[in-house]
Amino acid sequence: MQQKKFDVIIIGAGLSGIAAGIRLAMFDKKVCILEKHSIPGGLNSYYKRGKRLLDVGLHAMTNFAPQGSRGKPLTKLLKQLRIPYGDFALAPQNYSKIVFADSTLKFSNELELLKEQINTQFPDQVDGFNRLITMIGEFNETALDNEYQSAKEVVSNYISNDILKEMIFFPLLIYGSAWENDMDFSQFAIMFKSIFLEGFSRPVGGVRTILDLLMKKFSNLGGIVEYRSGVEQVLSKNGKACGVKLESGDTILASTVLSSIGNPETMKLIESQSEPAARSGSMSFTETIMTYGQRPKDFGEEAAIVFYNDSNIYDYRCPDSLYDKKSAVICFSNNFAVDDFDEGIVRMTNIANYSQWKNLSKEDYKKNKELVLSDAKALLKSYSPSFADDHNFSDVFTPLTVEKFTSRIGGAVYGSPDKLRTGETELDSLYVCGTDQGFLGIVGAMLSGISMANLHVLSKN
Amino acid sequence: MTEVEVKDAIVKIIADVAMDEDVTSIDASASLRDELDLDSMDFLDIVMELKKRHKITVPQEEYSELATLDSCVKYLTPKFQ
Repeated sequence: MQQKKFDVIIIGAGLSGIAAGIRLAMFDKKVCILEKHSIPGGLNSYYKRGKRLLDVGLHAMTNFAPQGSRGKPLTKLLKQLRIPYGDFALAPQNYSKIVFADSTLKFSNELELLKEQINTQFPDQVDGFNRLITMIGEFNETALDNEYQSAKEVVSNYISNDILKEMIFFPLLIYGSAWENDMDFSQFAIMFKSIFLEGFSRPVGGVRTILDLLMKKFSNLGGIVEYRSGVEQVLSKNGKACGVKLESGDTILASTVLSSIGNPETMKLIESQSEPAARSGSMSFTETIMTYGQRPKDFGEEAAIVFYNDSNIYDYRCPDSLYDKKSAVICFSNNFAVDDFDEGIVRMTNIANYSQWKNLSKEDYKKNKELVLSDAKALLKSYSPSFADDHNFSDVFTPLTVEKFTSRIGGAVYGSPDKLRTGETELDSLYVCGTDQGFLGIVGAMLSGISMANLHVLSKN
Repeated sequence: MTEVEVKDAIVKIIADVAMDEDVTSIDASASLRDELDLDSMDFLDIVMELKKRHKITVPQEEYSELATLDSCVKYLTPKFQ
């Protein structure tokens, strides 16, 4: 590639970058997506081990909305990308569970279940919970000018029982918070709606179903994707971005550059930098995947996702050890309305400490990955004693794996705690979309790409 | 173009922008925003499609002219000539 010129360059073929690309190509912009790796997906990609096609990170998609629902993030995004509802092939969850030492709450895509559970176990909290729902319903969490507000402080005005409060925060923190033990209230509202008011589903065929669909749509619209094309530098002239220099040394020019690779990651590509760098996130994870000859329901497990915590206080922070054994998210991928797997599959996520993994010798790294697996099996057995002892296949990945394949500094899957709501950076014509713009999850990432493309490119013409 | 032809052209655009909605029975005097669950992002799409397909531009301060199908026809017919 020598000296090409596009209307827009998008850095990163993750869900936000591809969604932005589709919007722009739809309105005849010349768009080029540059992806460092050989396949699309970014933080939500897939890989192959033998015959198994595995999702890197997907447990479930949040923001489920039944066909025909109005004004929901999912239906908005389908409309913006002009994709018929059925094409995502979403299979809703059975139900999920938050398991604490002294209490268990079930929830599903019907809010009534959670309300009943709170009514039975925390009867004096029902009014507060209902008021919280009303308040969140009226809150505009996507306004680009919302200021940081501690979600724990806000929620304390509605939920006075600490255990219930901790239980409500658990799924919201671990499925999207770049902050430790708290989150920005706007992010809380986004996550609360996406998980408790809308709910979980899984695309049949995994994340690849969605990625293939989007990539096909993008190329049919004339969009170009270049794989194995890492960006070394964002080029600028008089404070305005004008293109990129690739790691290969080639230069590509464009009037606008949209970066989906993260806030601090993007800042590293800018030549001269006046502002202090954005912080990198400290939250990373280990993921253990185990497959079994039988399905979870054969062992008596019907829940799709279990948020497991062995005490009554949930400690969401970078642990002092390699990984946290006190809590985990266990995903039973078979327990959605459509089970397209050939075997039983269990995924477990533990909070992990990137620096400690980074400092291990090669030998200790391997040894500790095995410990992650044996601890995952032990935790699964203590949660559900009837589970089989022997698995067919297993794979473990660590914060270093995440960093290697996503190029997120420190393997921080939810990005930087410094979000750029408007997408604007210190350079004109360089905008950030995706996780670090502040919308979360697969649906959130796509909406972020769409809204940044609309705001900074399409509505300017 | 006659008003009927203009109306057809607009309905075609709306059908593409809101593909899961039924556009065959739109009440021409009712608010499109309410009837078809269109939001500001969708109106931006309608405006961009008008430009792309018919080279018609609608300035942002005149988006309110697109509130109903009737008002769309009335406002856009002169622009289609």
